[in-house]
Amino acid sequence: MDSIIQFVQQDLGNPGLAALLSNPSFAFIQLMNSFSQAMNLFIIAAGLSLIFGVLRVINFAHGAFYMFGAYIVYSVAQEWTGNFWLGVAAAGFGLAVMAVVIERGLFQYIYDKEHLMQLLLTFAVVLILSDVAKIIWGTDQYSVSYPASMKGAVDLGVTVYPTYRLFLIVVGPAIAIGLWLFTERTRFGRLTRAATQDREMLSALGVNVPMIYTGVFILGSVLAGIGGGLAAPFNSPTPGMDATIIVDCFVIVIVGGLGSIWGSFIGAIIYGLVFNYGSVIVPNWQDVFPFLILLAVLLVRPWGLFGKPEGGNA
Amino acid sequence: MTGPMTRPVLAACAVVLVLLALVPVLESNYLIDLFNEIMIYALFALSLNVIIGYSGNVSFGHAAYFAIGGYTMAILLTTYQWPLLPAFAASVAFSFVASGVVAYFCTRLTDIYFAMLTLAFSMLVWGVAFKWRSMTGGDDGFVGVDVPAFIAERVPFYYFSLVVIAIAVAVLWVICHSAFGRALLAVRENPVRAGFVGINTRLMRWWAFVVAGTFAGIAGSLFAMVHRGMYTESAFWPESATVLIMTLLGGMYSFFGPAIGAASLFLLERLTNEYTEYWPLVLGTILLVILMFLPEGLAGLAKAVRRQILRVR
Repeated sequence: MDSIIQFVQQDLGNPGLAALLSNPSFAFIQLMNSFSQAMNLFIIAAGLSLIFGVLRVINFAHGAFYMFGAYIVYSVAQEWTGNFWLGVAAAGFGLAVMAVVIERGLFQYIYDKEHLMQLLLTFAVVLILSDVAKIIWGTDQYSVSYPASMKGAVDLGVTVYPTYRLFLIVVGPAIAIGLWLFTERTRFGRLTRAATQDREMLSALGVNVPMIYTGVFILGSVLAGIGGGLAAPFNSPTPGMDATIIVDCFVIVIVGGLGSIWGSFIGAIIYGLVFNYGSVIVPNWQDVFPFLILLAVLLVRPWGLFGKPEGGNA
Repeated sequence: MTGPMTRPVLAACAVVLVLLALVPVLESNYLIDLFNEIMIYALFALSLNVIIGYSGNVSFGHAAYFAIGGYTMAILLTTYQWPLLPAFAASVAFSFVASGVVAYFCTRLTDIYFAMLTLAFSMLVWGVAFKWRSMTGGDDGFVGVDVPAFIAERVPFYYFSLVVIAIAVAVLWVICHSAFGRALLAVRENPVRAGFVGINTRLMRWWAFVVAGTFAGIAGSLFAMVHRGMYTESAFWPESATVLIMTLLGGMYSFFGPAIGAASLFLLERLTNEYTEYWPLVLGTILLVILMFLPEGLAGLAKAVRRQILRVR
């Protein structure tokens, strides 16, 4: 083992990789960082994927929803109440309200239009929301403090690790299981799955399909809001955060397969691992790796690891 | 499109060309720069329309080729001190090769997956421009492009850019109205049937992508020279969305529509910036109105108005 480390250190000239090999607790911290980042991204990406799965719309405005979630947490938790969890709840509620307005006011008219129209409509919403955020919150970068109960770190034996990040690692799978139970075990979830299969038939059977669409859109958007709220302590709310997160989410949902919850889960973990280990092994280029994975997946399985191929792919 | 329509189109082009050539007479630096940039964006939007309007695929990463052309030009002229012609030829060639490689992969897919793959490639280009600091200047941008002395002044550069763009647009027009352009339309309207009559649909879509990428590269090269610099924003995805909006605003089912869209959007942006900093808000609202009420863009609106007038008569 020592000779391998020496080889990596001296012949390959890669101190990052050598540090990973020689220092298990450093490697472990990277693993934990990957998971906590992945789980935060999963919450947001799952919302995007859920909306696509049912509504068949790729929502560029999802990133703006995330940004609003982060800003709302700042306003409610930092400025008004001082309670972080109240802030996250407010972010979820605020996004639910926004989702109803946007879906009923705009999106419901474009489900039958071409994909170009849909993409551009959601982009119009991005432009409008990003400026609305600027009007409300200005262009400052805000800092949100960690919730009082989770400021410290936990001793995991191998190393100590920040409590809040551990919390994210736990909450991600919990949300994944919750979403899975919801779609597989509840009546609304069954109707949702039916709506993805055959909308006309469902509607002919007397089910209020537009209401299912609105419901799914709310659920997906609330996930973006909560994801943004939970990210606020380490991702300071600032203009432009919407444009970066949406691209990360695209990578995750396409790698995992559009419309698949577990696909987004695995996609997020792959993203987290590649990003964090990539930044140690080839510093500075970590932003490029996720796109390389995306390209690889799109070329081999354009419908993603867990997705199903759609008809009409030439 | 050719035949009866050709003569009025040519006449209109001649008029526009003469008007553009007369812009420097006004002796306003502001106007010269404004029109120069409008022309560049018009070419950019026209090039995108070859993919969208003619082959029927939505590229969400067209800014990549604009940025590749621009960065190549900036780096060759400045870092390597190449003369203008070889640098221009190389940047066009590089845009051609880069879009050719990307097109090889993208044309395997259609629809949403095509759009997503073009987006992914453009983000890759953006990532490289952002991180390759020693070559591209990273997020500070590539500042201080050495424009050759004979076109370094504002007016000579304006004419240089006018000539290049006029030739580029003419070539694009010929391409789009050739048998190749017709075949592309067939692919857009019904790929299965086009395949049955013997058109190699994937090859046609590849060529459409490459033509679009190459001409976007030309537009980008001129952009780098007029701004004396190149910045990562030019490769970021909202830039791709902006040029899509220009194309859509002008009307993607007409050849010159996108150029009109580019000019309108650009002028509108300048105008809005005089009054408010919230241009994106205005743009988003315009976009909503177009999508909801004018799906065929300004060119479609013009057609509808003409039809109405004819009917009244």
